[in-house]
Amino acid sequence: MTTSAFEYHAPTSVSDAVQLLAQHGENAKLLAGGHSLVPLMKLRLARPEVLIDLGKIESMAYIREQGDGLAIGAMTTQTQLETSDLVKSRAPMLAEAAGMVADPQVRNVGTIGGSLAHADPAGDLPAVVVALAAKLVTSSTGDHRTIEADDFFVDLLTTDLRPTEILSEISIPGLPPHTGTAYAKFGNKASHYAVVGVAAVVTVGADGVCQSARIGVTGAGPKAVGAASAEDALTGSNLDDSAISAAAGLAGDGITDFNEDVHASAEYRAHLVTVYAARAIRAAASRAS
Amino acid sequence: MGSISVTVNGTVHTSEVEPRLLLVHYLREVLDLTGTHVGCDTTSCGACTVILNGAAVKSCTLFAVQADGGKIMTIEGLANNGELHPLQEGFWEKHGLQCGYCTPGMIMSAYDLLQRNPDPSEQEIRNGLSGNLCRCTGYHNIIKSVQFAAEKMRS
Repeated sequence: MTTSAFEYHAPTSVSDAVQLLAQHGENAKLLAGGHSLVPLMKLRLARPEVLIDLGKIESMAYIREQGDGLAIGAMTTQTQLETSDLVKSRAPMLAEAAGMVADPQVRNVGTIGGSLAHADPAGDLPAVVVALAAKLVTSSTGDHRTIEADDFFVDLLTTDLRPTEILSEISIPGLPPHTGTAYAKFGNKASHYAVVGVAAVVTVGADGVCQSARIGVTGAGPKAVGAASAEDALTGSNLDDSAISAAAGLAGDGITDFNEDVHASAEYRAHLVTVYAARAIRAAASRAS
Repeated sequence: MGSISVTVNGTVHTSEVEPRLLLVHYLREVLDLTGTHVGCDTTSCGACTVILNGAAVKSCTLFAVQADGGKIMTIEGLANNGELHPLQEGFWEKHGLQCGYCTPGMIMSAYDLLQRNPDPSEQEIRNGLSGNLCRCTGYHNIIKSVQFAAEKMRS
């Protein structure tokens, strides 16, 4: 399959990239790893006139300590996330989920920024950044903006990014003590896309009571969302089986329009959310001590 | 058209290419390296896997221009002066192929795996090859082929 013709630019700095984006506006698409965009272009579902390849901007791929959390460059690959000791120690769920994306070849090319900015409803990393309360930092010819992960995903394949903005950094806060995290998903057998995926962050007090919880759900609806009802139910509970089941049963509460496709009906997805929420919460709680 | 320069199996090639030319077509049709195959053309089957700058990638989902300045190894670059690479020998010895269509991609993925993990468990081999599909062998002999190569490369 051949894509439609396009003009290609490969800037070597973020400032050159934002200039090109400002110049070409809506006619341009940014190319990160391209493993979501290029397939769409081959099917001619996307026909950008201009491609701005971020792959030659070495300064956009990094994993750094930031306070007790992390600052991650948008062009960091999933393989880099999966194998980074820093990510494993400070945001272990991000390494865990990155290692569950697609397959090794895709992870060698696919990036965290590309995955988030593409906002595929079946992407894994959107649920993870929602649960980790990450902040997404943009670059443009104007000011930098910082967007809360909760506000970043707007709708199907749609984010809060403006046409002139590049997602440049993902800022992940440090985890409080006695916090466990886990990502669990029901993946499509061929593509490994998440039919449903649930990310859970659970903080447990010395008395075994849940002090706080954050849950992100992907694959179920048009965009990744938090699960406030489940978080509220979990907080203050003793995290026994019945408490986890009760909270997990609420994990799909905020989703009014479940996806329905050849992989799963809306009803089945709603069921999967409760099952995988329970698995993620249980695993996170067990890792919290 | 734009000019790219890539090192493929140790040889530098400079070519004028249209930006939309996929890397797999550049390798096969411009450089005449037809060992890299086009299978599904949708990033699933892994028949087009090559090593780009040290990591296995699916060359049907990259444009040749993205590889500009890079180093590529294809299946043609594995044997050394006619002596088979241990992975090629393993696929021969353990009957790791029937039709052979998936084999170049399988071998390049296995090459990436063994670079990172010289002594993989069976499960790690299966995970490492999870981006490659074979419709003939049922995978069992492919796993044995990679185990053969890993052992030979360690010794």
